[in-house]
Amino acid sequence: MSELLGHYNYWIVIVLMMTGFYTVIARPNLIKKIIGLFIFQTSVFILFISMAKIEGGTAPIIEAGISVYSNPLPHVLILTAIVVSLATTALGLALVVRIRQAYGTIDEDDIQVQDEED
Amino acid sequence: MEYLIDIVLLGLLMITGFAIVRMRSLLAVAMLTSIYSLLSASLFVVLDAVDVALTEAAIGAGISTILLLAAVALTTDEEQAPRHTPLLPLIVVITTGAALIYGTVDMPHYGDPASPVHRHVAATYLHDTPGEIGVPNVVTSVLASYRGYDTLGEVTVIFTAGAGVLALLGYRTRRRNSRGPGNRKLVVLRVIAKLFFPLILLFALYIQFHGDYGPGGGFQAGVIFATGFILYALAFGLGNAQRVIPHRMLHIMMAVGVLIYASVGIESMLLGGKFLEYRVLAEDPVTGQHLGIMLIELGVGITVAAVMLIIYYGFVSQQRSGDM
Repeated sequence: MSELLGHYNYWIVIVLMMTGFYTVIARPNLIKKIIGLFIFQTSVFILFISMAKIEGGTAPIIEAGISVYSNPLPHVLILTAIVVSLATTALGLALVVRIRQAYGTIDEDDIQVQDEED
Repeated sequence: MEYLIDIVLLGLLMITGFAIVRMRSLLAVAMLTSIYSLLSASLFVVLDAVDVALTEAAIGAGISTILLLAAVALTTDEEQAPRHTPLLPLIVVITTGAALIYGTVDMPHYGDPASPVHRHVAATYLHDTPGEIGVPNVVTSVLASYRGYDTLGEVTVIFTAGAGVLALLGYRTRRRNSRGPGNRKLVVLRVIAKLFFPLILLFALYIQFHGDYGPGGGFQAGVIFATGFILYALAFGLGNAQRVIPHRMLHIMMAVGVLIYASVGIESMLLGGKFLEYRVLAEDPVTGQHLGIMLIELGVGITVAAVMLIIYYGFVSQQRSGDM
């Protein structure tokens, strides 16, 4: 069972990562691209947190009578990364809103056409 | 049992991910993104990362969704059909994915206590925290004390993002909203918002100051605090929200948080320690650590709350017609 499932988390993470990657490179809509990045980021979070897990462990809050805790370091890294990911997403969306005001569209192909006309 | 929940949640995440890619309506995609975040937050609980789960639930499922909806409202809901065949991206993605899966073969198994991740500094943190820092939540002790320098950097990044959104979108102050006849349909939302507003703020304060003992801390509390005001703005209009907490005040708060954090570092240098070495802050090293952690978490909370609100105000004040 554990032989078969030992890498299950990592495989799903890779599928999610590639889903996000595909959205970023194949979809012309800029908001969709940012959502793709968001999926990609979340998959990285899951990768780190999966690595932190110890079988039979518990959340890293020290309590008498418990000896096995999951690894707190990846938790710290990802906790701050989530907040930063929101900051970057917000900045990206703000850029999209400004692009819409300047070009009247958020479709990458349309923007390219307009740029070439100028 | 834990395995089973893990497998089911990851499966649901994958389905949601595929649905997000396939859907054309961006409004629906924004809602699916929220579900995706909530699922990953649940997964983090199963994986013992309670602090991370709290952050993801507040940020991913909460504020991100609001921002996405605001961005969709300001641009367009319908995604055009792609004009190129997706063949080349598919080949690239499948090749990359296959290479990465090949890479996982060498990785230690999930949950393996002997894997290299657990052999490094983590054991030291778990062992030393009770004696050296004196707070039960090891995530807080690593975040705020052992790796306080990193966290200062993160807070600065958030500050920069807030400044960036401000530079891109600017801000307009709204006059106090009049209650037009069209607003009567919001009665239920307004009553609920009034009931929940104080509870959300109270909960944010609890998360802020209980972060040493349980899951929580400045990052989560700041976001939850901002959520309270966003709910208020949704129910009563941006103009009224800006009367409660004006834009100019947010500009100051955004900087004050980072300054509190950095000045704790400088204070500890003035008292003869190293930058952010909290144990010199009080006579007793453990009390010093407590004081230092509380102060910098406060700084983090203030900056995060202010930046979240600035971002929200920035997006919503772009809306011409008003009440969002």
